[in-house]
Amino acid sequence: MLETAMSGSKTPTARSMFSALQLDTRLLGMIGAFVVLCLVFDFVTDGRFLTPRNVFNLTIQTVSVAIMATGMVFVIVTRNIDLSVGSLLATCSAMMAMAQTLVTPEWLGLGLNHPLTMPVAILVGLTTGLVIGGFHGWLIGYLGIPAFIVTLGGLLVWRNVAWYLTNGQTIGPLDENFQLFGGINGTLGESWSWIVGVIAVAAAVYVLFQARRAKISHEFPVKPLWAEVVLGMIISGTILGFIAVLNAYEIPGPRLKRMFEARGEVLPDGFTAGYGLPVSVLVLIIVAVVMTMIARRTRLGRYIFAAGGNPDAASLSGINTRFLTVKVFAMMGVLCAISAIVASSRQTFHSNDIGTLDELRVIAAAVIGGTALSGGVGTIYGAILGALIMQSLQSGMAMVGVDAPLQNIVVGIVLVVAVLVDIIYRKRTGD
Amino acid sequence: MTPLVDLKEICVSFGGIHAVDHASVTLYPGEVVGLLGHNGAGKSTLIKVLSGAYRADSGEILIDGKPATIQSPRDARDYNIETIYQTLALADNLDAASNLFLGRELVTPLGFVDDDAMEAETRKIMGRLNPNFRKFKAPVKALSGGQRQSVAIARAVYFNARILIMDEPTAALGVQETKMVTELIQELKKQGLGIFLIDHDIHQVKEMCDRAAVMKNGQVVGTVNVDKVSEDDLLGMIILGKCPPGAIPGPGAINPEVAAA
Repeated sequence: MLETAMSGSKTPTARSMFSALQLDTRLLGMIGAFVVLCLVFDFVTDGRFLTPRNVFNLTIQTVSVAIMATGMVFVIVTRNIDLSVGSLLATCSAMMAMAQTLVTPEWLGLGLNHPLTMPVAILVGLTTGLVIGGFHGWLIGYLGIPAFIVTLGGLLVWRNVAWYLTNGQTIGPLDENFQLFGGINGTLGESWSWIVGVIAVAAAVYVLFQARRAKISHEFPVKPLWAEVVLGMIISGTILGFIAVLNAYEIPGPRLKRMFEARGEVLPDGFTAGYGLPVSVLVLIIVAVVMTMIARRTRLGRYIFAAGGNPDAASLSGINTRFLTVKVFAMMGVLCAISAIVASSRQTFHSNDIGTLDELRVIAAAVIGGTALSGGVGTIYGAILGALIMQSLQSGMAMVGVDAPLQNIVVGIVLVVAVLVDIIYRKRTGD
Repeated sequence: MTPLVDLKEICVSFGGIHAVDHASVTLYPGEVVGLLGHNGAGKSTLIKVLSGAYRADSGEILIDGKPATIQSPRDARDYNIETIYQTLALADNLDAASNLFLGRELVTPLGFVDDDAMEAETRKIMGRLNPNFRKFKAPVKALSGGQRQSVAIARAVYFNARILIMDEPTAALGVQETKMVTELIQELKKQGLGIFLIDHDIHQVKEMCDRAAVMKNGQVVGTVNVDKVSEDDLLGMIILGKCPPGAIPGPGAINPEVAAA
């Protein structure tokens, strides 16, 4: 092991050892910015920012925007834009709220909180998102209407379709099982969180190992083994550390007592339990993994990036770019529906204003995460980090007590500066 | 001998303008046929009918003497027709391997894109075509003109093309790279491929091609054996539409009697 590590350079300097890790410098920059941001807020708030409680809240607040931002990456990569995601979220939310408060309990006569209600409602929501998103894609790809116009129209149409469907009423409370996706009302608990964490670590190590084995089998150069081990340890440490923090957020005593009473038991003295990983965050993680797989390891993803880089080249290579547009917007629609599940169950009811201005947050998250509006460039993890940075900024400033107008001014400036930094970075590195 | 490709009476019009007007061209195995003409003469449009980028309004495409239906670039590929476009048609943001296999990715048994296998194949073919090529990981945007050209050529050659279409393959190249392309054309010719070469450079056409078809205003002026005519004759065909003796005149020739005499 040592021999292979040393064979590259005889006197390993800090710099050469660092470059041996072959990390994505752009990703590092974003993580660095995020860490600095967190530390500054933690310092200014006397350590209130990086408490388990706040980390927990931060993650569940980020989920809805982050899920949609992963889809927005594909939309922007193919040189389109989607201004309708907030409104589409509202329509999906309205459809699901009606499905679970009107259709299943009354029309189907299943009553409240029936086990079938949650899956039926989710199916209704996903179908709604898929159909509307696909319809947008058809208007853009086949009829040639610019995406900006189609989705600007969609912004007005779907916001008000949601309003019309519900007569402007707030619908709630939502189904109990459905509310499991809302964050605080649905967490895995300590043991299951650790199990998920361990599975994630195993998966990460497996992916690293497989990639290395494939490279060796084709006789490509590989990183020194110690670099792989360090990388694996950093990833594993981050995953397990995150789980540990979420588990450290303890369920308050009175709430724990109610949970035990609901099961007909008595809370033992001195018993404590942590919340653990919220179901909504688990959903985000699954979405992130699936979307990353699509982007990197499927033909669909390859065609999305090819069409964004050079639409003519893509169609001359036999790629059906029109249908590709439909697929991209249909995916965006499905992700809006998933976000609608998380967003409506987090507030435990459907309201008229759900998802308002989300389109701007989602686009900003994707762009801060390094997605280029000129097309062809963008990453899923970047968009999620972008969403996390935006949310941290917002809630950090709220914690410090910055006035609301100033908060938005800062977020706006950060968006522009982030893109400027990205442009300078690209010019320097030439990619 | 049956021609490899026989384009018969092809017509393409865009909004009332006859970009290609009853054009007929043939191509035999192991032959390089040059397509000459001014900008807008219709040569690129004619050839895009064969590569599937445009559809003909009327006319017929015969491949190996059999009628062929080519309605998309994918259909053309099924007939082993490969095209190197003037613009190269590369996705700048992707690396060489992704471009080489664009639309025909190698996949793992589970159906996922197999980047490592594609890179290995790309390294193999690049080792033959352009041994100096090193930047396998970089997006093609970061490559020089010649390197980009070799990616485009590799893409056409890798998939066992029988019919190769090259649209001004040397327009953006330096002396050394032009030589590489010229040698490659000779090599492919020996392997029995039929090659259509669209070019402006008469000197180069005389050097590389066996026959040349000249187009003007969407019509074929005539087809000549390049060894039998001078560069001035070719120039006369391009500019005036005048067929020299020995040429087979097409519908675009101004005075067919001269040629007939």
